[in-house]
Amino acid sequence: MNPAPSVILFTVLSGAGFGLLGFLGLGVISPTGLIAFSYFTLAFAMAVGGLLASTLHLGNPRNALKAFSQWQTSWLSREAWLAVLTLAVMGLYAIGAIFFGKHLSVLGILGADLSFLTVFATSMIYAQLKTVPRWNQWLTPLLFLSFSLSAATMLTAQNGLAVAPLAVTGVLLILHWLSGDKRFSASGSTIETATGLGGIGKVRLLAPPHTGSNYLMKEMIYVVGRKHALRLRWITLALAVVLPALILLLAPASVLTTALAFILHLIGAFAARWLFFAEAEHVVGLYYGKR
Amino acid sequence: MTSLPTHTEKKLGLVIDLDICVGCHACVTACKGWNDQGYGAPLSDQKPYGDEPEGTFLNRVHSFEITPENGPAQIVHFPKSCLHCDDAPCVTVCPTGASYKRSEDGIVLVNEDACIGCGLCAWACPYGAREMDQAAGIMKKCTLCVDRIYNENLPEADREPACVRTCPTGARAFGDLADPTSAVSKSVADRGGFDLMPELGTKPVNQYLFPRIKDFEGDLDVLSPLLDIQPEATGISGWLDKLLGKL
Repeated sequence: MNPAPSVILFTVLSGAGFGLLGFLGLGVISPTGLIAFSYFTLAFAMAVGGLLASTLHLGNPRNALKAFSQWQTSWLSREAWLAVLTLAVMGLYAIGAIFFGKHLSVLGILGADLSFLTVFATSMIYAQLKTVPRWNQWLTPLLFLSFSLSAATMLTAQNGLAVAPLAVTGVLLILHWLSGDKRFSASGSTIETATGLGGIGKVRLLAPPHTGSNYLMKEMIYVVGRKHALRLRWITLALAVVLPALILLLAPASVLTTALAFILHLIGAFAARWLFFAEAEHVVGLYYGKR
Repeated sequence: MTSLPTHTEKKLGLVIDLDICVGCHACVTACKGWNDQGYGAPLSDQKPYGDEPEGTFLNRVHSFEITPENGPAQIVHFPKSCLHCDDAPCVTVCPTGASYKRSEDGIVLVNEDACIGCGLCAWACPYGAREMDQAAGIMKKCTLCVDRIYNENLPEADREPACVRTCPTGARAFGDLADPTSAVSKSVADRGGFDLMPELGTKPVNQYLFPRIKDFEGDLDVLSPLLDIQPEATGISGWLDKLLGKL
């Protein structure tokens, strides 16, 4: 699948932003005044920034409001609702914390639930797709949620504690890669089932429908950079998990330490999400003799 | 609504006979031609005369080679367009309700006025039946020529999809696959029509018919006896050969 920068930015930043909003809502830390203002600004900036980035991916954003209509069937529509509800509830909670020094725990807990549900809905947009076997597994929502929790724990300066969700993210990354590698063959889709001609013999593409490229091939048969996948996996693990964990464990706790660890983690998360797309193979590739 | 209808009165669709298709791509051209001038945004091309021409097509013909365990390989031309699935995954993922399946005839359509061009339906389709038009930013797909098949301004003979109407070999047939007495249903029953990627549970309406297996008499190369060149010519040829050699 084509690793579009807009979608990578969206899933990584929104995941971290909604995670932080969730932790603020749960009262993991309960800042007031200016400190609350900076925390909520960071959380809203990441969550909203990610959502705005996602609209760059749309071919026809004029109709974006209509995306709220199909929550009964569509995960993308559910995500739109959950994101807006979260931002509204947590906005009220933030006003209480910043201007009145009050933490309305009912609002906070509701907002936290909505935050994590939003991240879950984002992940289900990908996990629901049977056509992309690597995504179509329960580890996908777990991985998205654990990235979100890792960012939230780091940003709420739970230095020692942040190592635990980071470790879980590392384990989930490895499990997602390893089980993802087997998903395509386990799905049972082959060029023989795609053409229905396997009963006669072995099938291969002799001539593609056209000599050039097309939307499907650019969007779903992205093969560039896969040869570096293994090296990128190591880099991802180092940046997203190992280095931030070491910094948080060994360096003295300060804003600078947290910032450094979090920035490294974000770069790692971008790499992880790039791989999430670039390594994912769509079954339509079978018709083009490619994966 | 992007919830699928529980039942469709008709199941309009295509039956594609892989035994007959010669891979001429006339259906591709006819489809592009018809869908450039009527229903919805036209199918655009990008750099049509440039070095990397590209464009939106709702129907494409792939050519596959099948090699049996014993016997010669055979080539099958394989036209592919939207299969108008009963359990269409492209419909339920749509956030805006732009993508829908009609309960009256089972045709899967895109309401272009509601499409945001997110591309999720194209990701959900295993068959590559949906293409985002790069000029309009809107998802395009086969409409089963909904603007032809019910069009009373057209002569009766033209009230079928452009690809079917144009096919010079009759490899494509259009009809109601829910009606067991229709010609398409009968050919599916007689010839054992099959689904593409049945493992994904999309329940396609369009059906494909198997190509015949190639005859195989044991010798792959019918020309091989003629290629058996003798090193030394004999008889009159030999005499001529010698004579000419001395000249």
